[in-house]
Amino acid sequence: MEFRYEVEGGNFSRAGHASSAVKKILKQLNVDNRIIKRIVVALYEGEVNVVAHAHKGSILVDIDEQRIEIKIEDEGPGIPDIDLAMQAGYSTASAAVREMGFGAGMGLPNIKKNTDELKIASEVGKGTTLEMITYLQ
Amino acid sequence: MANDQFYHALKVDESLCYGCTHCMNVCPTGAIRIRNGKASIRKNWCVDCGDCMKVCPVNAFYVEQDDFDKIYDYKYRVALVPAVMIGQFPSNISESQIFSVMRELGFTHVFQTEHTVDIINDAMIEAARKQSEKPLISSFCPAVVRLIQVKFPALVDQILLVKPPIDASAIFFRKKLQDEGIPDEEIGIFFVTPCAAKIAAVKSPVGETKSPVNGVINMDFMYNKVYHGIKNRSGSGVRSPGENLPNLGPKHIKWTLTNGEAPHMRGRCLAIDEIHNVIDILEKVENDEIPDLDFLELRACDESCAGGVLVVGNRFLTVERLRKRAELFKDIHGIPEDLASYVDFMKTRLPLKPLDPRSMLKLDEDMSVALRKMQQVRKLMCYLPGIDCGACGAPNCLSLAQDIVQKEAQLSSCVFIQRTMEKHKKLHSDHAIRIIDKVWGKDRLDKDCTKLGAKDEGT
Ligand SMILES: Nc1ncnc2c1ncn2[C@@H]1O[C@H](COP(=O)(O)OP(=O)(O)OP(=O)(O)O)[C@@H](O)[C@H]1O
Ligand code: SF4
Ligand SMILES: [Mg+2]
Repeated sequence: MEFRYEVEGGNFSRAGHASSAVKKILKQLNVDNRIIKRIVVALYEGEVNVVAHAHKGSILVDIDEQRIEIKIEDEGPGIPDIDLAMQAGYSTASAAVREMGFGAGMGLPNIKKNTDELKIASEVGKGTTLEMITYLQ
Repeated sequence: MANDQFYHALKVDESLCYGCTHCMNVCPTGAIRIRNGKASIRKNWCVDCGDCMKVCPVNAFYVEQDDFDKIYDYKYRVALVPAVMIGQFPSNISESQIFSVMRELGFTHVFQTEHTVDIINDAMIEAARKQSEKPLISSFCPAVVRLIQVKFPALVDQILLVKPPIDASAIFFRKKLQDEGIPDEEIGIFFVTPCAAKIAAVKSPVGETKSPVNGVINMDFMYNKVYHGIKNRSGSGVRSPGENLPNLGPKHIKWTLTNGEAPHMRGRCLAIDEIHNVIDILEKVENDEIPDLDFLELRACDESCAGGVLVVGNRFLTVERLRKRAELFKDIHGIPEDLASYVDFMKTRLPLKPLDPRSMLKLDEDMSVALRKMQQVRKLMCYLPGIDCGACGAPNCLSLAQDIVQKEAQLSSCVFIQRTMEKHKKLHSDHAIRIIDKVWGKDRLDKDCTKLGAKDEGT
């Protein structure tokens, strides 16, 4: 079953709406609470990254009995050095973003930690795609 | 426990309910449906917050209480009174007046619920050190505890496992009376409750096997009785004999108000009142959106217990009076004298057992069935108009779709679907009226100039 959400760059007040919606779906499907938590944390970080670093993006969620696959695609500056970006504490967040409590450089490491499989593809000047898979059983 | 029916104290008086949609639309857990022209509450979904009761235009909701005469089943009749009881009286009525009238009404003892707040606070700080998952959430408000169980099952482990004042104080006063030589079965402890949630917590306790409280008396009922008693002897100056209660300090007096607990906990603490605000914050906590938060004081009512459904006085005035009172007793600190020698006894009795989640959101226990049902819901939503009018007897189109999938309603319950079906000759108009009768009551669409609002009488 597929679900799709749009994410608006720069609009922090809406950041989290896709995570909340997906959380509700997973609760309805009676997925284990601990697994829901991991998925939601990873998705939230991915969502916020689009809001904080990109212009706009979309989230595609595909769920079946075995697994949930989430694809976050954005149009934005892209990530020049993915290995560097994955390091805990690395951040290019602006002072304004830090003011809002983001920008600790923990997002991507957190996503890595909370997903079973993670693929990141990025093209500088075009955008970034995150694909994360979490097994539900 | 998970499949048991949960007791809840909010009930609908069917003779008063005239079947509107106010309660159904405000219920924060979507627990209300209209059937046969009456509101019906889904027991396992209701958290007893009282929002339905606050919004009902004809006072059809009531809070089931114990028969007052039940106190006479006991030789020693203890009233356990929370601070907000005092707060709702005008300031020229003293608490010793209030308590002495309560003794005249039949209680042998009157005690204050917040008596045990200091040791509860210590136990909370201690437990917070052991429970690793942060933020911890206070167990104070039973409506919030139930809300977490049904709507935020992932957070049940974050509820701080320490008994709230009502239980702790009931345990203490019972022990104290026993130590005075009174046999346990002769002691009846009755809590004067500001809300339905506390009653439900007594009747089907969570995290303990049996409540230490024997019965519950609604605060509005008690208020009327006491006020009447005070009025009827004003001027005479007579006061029934009986000891004065120990004065409690500011921390005790303010404990049940918003920010009663939070300032006394360690780390980064927040106090949030009103159930929709509580839902918002729990949503964020579940997403891990607020790092470094240590403690949450969450109360279902606006202005916390001062805003309880059974509190008669205006909540802001109640808060004002209690704050003034706290100021008056600002020099009183620490554990009340008579409690000091019971600290060790109480310590072993304060912990709550871990709570069970009992999610009401899941479409099915079995995930493959749940997936199929979700698929069906989405399909149904393609047909339903998305007007969320409630004319089907469910709070919105999505709820109707879910009800249909759970075999609790039919697609033809939707009045707009009925129209389309009639147009395509799939539904006879008599049948359509029968469907409406089923939801809204028989002959509901007949002309009736006696119904509420028909004379625009300003209600
Ligand atoms: N979608 C994206 N588009 C462009 N750059 C990104 C994107 N996601 C991450 N980055 C880059 O990778 C860095 C690290 O990301 P990460 O999520 O780990 O930290 P952060 O977003 O800076 O801070 P935090 O997530 O802790 O609030 C970011 O500072 C940014 O430079
Ligand atoms: S805030 Fe107080 S009065 Fe309101 S439901 Fe909770 S415990 Fe009851
Ligand atoms: Mg980030």
